[in-house]
Amino acid sequence: MDIKSMKNYLYWLFCQFELITCSYLMEPWEKVLFYTFNVTMLVMLAYTAYIIFPVHISMAFQFSPCPQHSSSAYRVTAQLCSHSC
Amino acid sequence: MANPSAVCNGHLHHHHHQKQNNVLKSGVCKKNGITKGVKKNGVTNGTLYKKTFIEHFEQAPMYVAVLTFVGFGVGTIFGYLRDFMRAWGLEKRNVAQEREQQKDFVPLYQDFENFYTRNLYMRIRDNWNRPICSVPGPQFDLMERVTDDYNWTFRFTGRTIKNVINMGSYNYLGFAETDPNALKTVTKELQRYGTGICSTRQEMGTLDKHVELENLVAKFLGVEDAMVFGMGFATNSMNIPALVGKGCLILSDELNHTSLVLGARLSGATIRIFKHNNMQSLEKLLRDAIIYGQPRSRRAWRKIIILVEGIYSMEGSIVQLPEIVSLKKKYKAYLYLDEAHSIGAVGATGRGVVEYFGMNPDDVDVLMGTFTKSFGAAGGYIAGKKGLVDFLRTHSHSAVYATSMCPPVAEQIIRAMKCLMGLDGTTQGLQRVRQLGKNTRYFRRRLHEMGFIIYGNDDSPVVPLLLYMPGKIGAFARRMLEKNIGVVVVGFPATPITESRARFCVSAAHTREMLDTVLNALDELGDFLQLKYSRYSKSSHPELYEENRFEFED
Repeated sequence: MDIKSMKNYLYWLFCQFELITCSYLMEPWEKVLFYTFNVTMLVMLAYTAYIIFPVHISMAFQFSPCPQHSSSAYRVTAQLCSHSC
Repeated sequence: MANPSAVCNGHLHHHHHQKQNNVLKSGVCKKNGITKGVKKNGVTNGTLYKKTFIEHFEQAPMYVAVLTFVGFGVGTIFGYLRDFMRAWGLEKRNVAQEREQQKDFVPLYQDFENFYTRNLYMRIRDNWNRPICSVPGPQFDLMERVTDDYNWTFRFTGRTIKNVINMGSYNYLGFAETDPNALKTVTKELQRYGTGICSTRQEMGTLDKHVELENLVAKFLGVEDAMVFGMGFATNSMNIPALVGKGCLILSDELNHTSLVLGARLSGATIRIFKHNNMQSLEKLLRDAIIYGQPRSRRAWRKIIILVEGIYSMEGSIVQLPEIVSLKKKYKAYLYLDEAHSIGAVGATGRGVVEYFGMNPDDVDVLMGTFTKSFGAAGGYIAGKKGLVDFLRTHSHSAVYATSMCPPVAEQIIRAMKCLMGLDGTTQGLQRVRQLGKNTRYFRRRLHEMGFIIYGNDDSPVVPLLLYMPGKIGAFARRMLEKNIGVVVVGFPATPITESRARFCVSAAHTREMLDTVLNALDELGDFLQLKYSRYSKSSHPELYEENRFEFED
């Protein structure tokens, strides 16, 4: 029962997306094109987040208990460059 | 003042005397066209209106505007894609094209509006121009049609969809009916006169029916004389050029109908536009016109005429007539009131906006209206002082060149008007007007309570419901038809690009059950399509509504 109402809700959300972005009006091949484009952009975004996210987290934790490091900024930039290569 | 005119030093002393006498007589001195006289301490604005005047033009939340632009953006990108494919031959071209031999000529078929028509309008075109096959009463029959190539061509399946509730026809008083008892006189006149006139008014096209109709219209409106024409649009576009010309000034409302705009442009007068129903804007334009005169020569304008409508059909707003009349009197301008949608539909006995505000019909210089909306016929009229109407009889393009109204249609208007005035011995006319008022108030109140954004005055039977997003226009109309309700949706060229709407026309012929069916369907559809954008439902702001307003609640 819960699955059914969940599915209905997701279908309704999908309908809203279709209406707002005018994909309700598109022909089937245009819809395929549009959804492929959207899914590709989302996947690329997710991949980029997956790569960059741990670096940001580790840098955030590195900064917290040492106020006396004067060359910490230099070390961080070196770390960032080495990670992105 | 028996002084003979004596010429002395080239000046006419007679003239001087007259001016002085004028000053002595009435204490009024005419200078520069503005009369400085004894003015009564004016009526304050609050008492110009005899009842409360509530209009709503609520703005949608910001996310709605953003999402609307997102929708239009995606539509535009795909439009460019499809145009590219059509230009490079990857897709069949369905629009009109140049001939091969004329490929090097200046193109005939390209401009931006066509872009919108090709790429957005075509996709949802099945919601317009639906052929009906019965009288457009409160319910009608539709011919079913399907499309095989995404709305470029249609074919009829042969079935008819029966008893679709009609929320789109301008049938305010319900006179579009086929009841034989009601149409007895019309049938008789049809058998007596036939259908064709085969002439114009000035040649041999004036029948006794026209004279009878014109006298009846004049009596109905409370003016001296009236003239009727065969077509409502042509009444405006052909008669405004007869009344104004070069050297005159036309002040027209922002949202005037195309017929008024066309008539104004054809006349050759200068046109200035004031903001919709905005009296400060109008007053500023009037003052500038009188102070600065014509653009280069600085002479006074020959005539200043204000063009307004009684009810604006896309907004549902009613003109602020008392203020316009007071402005017109102060600045000595003329007023042309187009009551196409308001005659028969507002006012205690259906006599239009002039009666709605309790004003004198002599205050409006030219009263124009149509018989298409509330009387179930076709044609238009212009009414006013006898001098004006006699002038139009000789100088109007419509009178000289256009065919006059055909007799059965004239008889339909006569019987509808007699019914409205009570001259047929029954109170049916008054009942219809009251029923329309009840239906209008009920419909608007329920829609406000549900949370939709509705534009316009609380007393106007034209109810625009805002949809905003282009994707929802098609979805709304199609789903309402599936529920057996016919609605009219309006999009870009007729409304601003972000404010597409569905327009309902309430009729006196709708029963409470029909309105309830429609309201329930709207409730359901509003939840499914997320159309309830209003941030103020009526129940949360009770102080906005006066206690002494009449609420017809059953």
